[in-house]
Amino acid sequence: MRFFYEVGRYFIFLRSLFINRESFYTYYKLVLEECIAIGIGSLFLVVLVSTFIGAVSTVQTAYNLVSPLIPRYVIAQVVREMTVLELAPTIMAIIFAGKVGSSMAGNLGTMRITEQIDAVEVMGINSISYLVLPKIVASMLMYPMLVIVAGFCSLFGGYLVGSATGIITPPEYIFGLRFVFNDFTISFALIKSIVFAFLVSSISSFKGFYTHGGALEVGIATTQAVTNSVIAILLADYFLAQLLLA
Amino acid sequence: MIKIKDIHKSFADKMVLEGVSGEFKKGTCNLIIGASGTGKSVLLKCIVGLIPSDKGTIFYDLRNFSNADHEIKAQIRREIGMLFQGGALFDSKTVEQNVMFPLDILTKMPLGEKLDRVNFCLKRVGLENAAKKMPSEISGGMRKRVGIARAIVNNPAYLFCDEPNSGLDPQTSILIDELIQDITYEFNTTTIVVTHDMNSVMGIGDNIMFLYKGHKLWEGNKENITHSGIQELDDFVFANKVMSALRDKL
Repeated sequence: MRFFYEVGRYFIFLRSLFINRESFYTYYKLVLEECIAIGIGSLFLVVLVSTFIGAVSTVQTAYNLVSPLIPRYVIAQVVREMTVLELAPTIMAIIFAGKVGSSMAGNLGTMRITEQIDAVEVMGINSISYLVLPKIVASMLMYPMLVIVAGFCSLFGGYLVGSATGIITPPEYIFGLRFVFNDFTISFALIKSIVFAFLVSSISSFKGFYTHGGALEVGIATTQAVTNSVIAILLADYFLAQLLLA
Repeated sequence: MIKIKDIHKSFADKMVLEGVSGEFKKGTCNLIIGASGTGKSVLLKCIVGLIPSDKGTIFYDLRNFSNADHEIKAQIRREIGMLFQGGALFDSKTVEQNVMFPLDILTKMPLGEKLDRVNFCLKRVGLENAAKKMPSEISGGMRKRVGIARAIVNNPAYLFCDEPNSGLDPQTSILIDELIQDITYEFNTTTIVVTHDMNSVMGIGDNIMFLYKGHKLWEGNKENITHSGIQELDDFVFANKVMSALRDKL
């Protein structure tokens, strides 16, 4: 019963985002601020993680392709498919949930327990719309860009390690990246990234917004925000793959 | 003027407010007092609409707030200024930005005019030199004063204060009380203050409502609170040793 109550409340929360909104200019400024916090704030971590994931994927794919009958450019092809289809949008989404989602839940949870949300509400402002909508919009704008950066860094990391260790030559790597390339995979990755960004930001905001109690509850809400976001990402990942690739 | 009629509120099985009614007049400091857990803050939050009451009606100058649609509620709320227990200042904004916030959202004033108004309010609470500071850089008393400045920046018709002197030293408490009283008289606001501080009661209590276990047990003013003849109120008023000694002298 508790589960259905929470799901129902989540949908009411989403509906509240779009009713009794403030002026467009108010949101414009807030979205820009959130874009900087989410996009620029996550850039270093995304570049670091994706570069290493690409590098490790290259080394491990080469380690597993032991047959002399398989050309070496296949390593790059495998790294490309892994990166574009799964590593860049999905693994980054889990990292995104850990960094941005927890920050959103913690921020809103702290605002709740220190009565800052009440202060917004008492002024006659729709606090859900004012505080949460910019976060969701900014996430949906910035996360696909982060995924593009992650994809590039991952493939570049594979290129660097492949070239430096002699696993694969640069021309072979570039050839592998281009070989039988289906451009729909990029569209698929971007569709996934928009869906994941929405899930992470809305679930984390929901958890933070309805925190009650003290610092301990803010910690619990933050943990739940990340856990629930990751579960939602994995479920959505499966359904999107089934819907768009099967 | 704010009028409340037969307010009921319960959380799960626990009844917090049971049929509280009363009238809070314009240009006076109305105090809601009572021991911890008697429903003072819940009543205040019901009046401003932060917590919906289960039963009862609330009127803001004859406008029914309880049955009002969103538009009217928003309109009434824009006439409300509220000081929260901890100040409820936005951590990411400076003192100046905090005070300017209601003007940014609720008005179309040009920036210069907004700055003038913010400076006037900060000066009014004696914090003209703290405009550029962050909330984390100022003391508890200063946070409360910034909260008051934010509450009055939009010229509210109704001012609500939830335990304005909790956690403050006696001198700062008196300063905050005097500030609330001065603002009430100066701007002719309907002010409701929730407190359990007897210094506030004796200092600014033009009209006092005593809550006991979710019921309104007594209503009067600071002149007759000491001889109400109600045991529960006497226990509350004379719990303080100073007040108790005063009673013995009388």
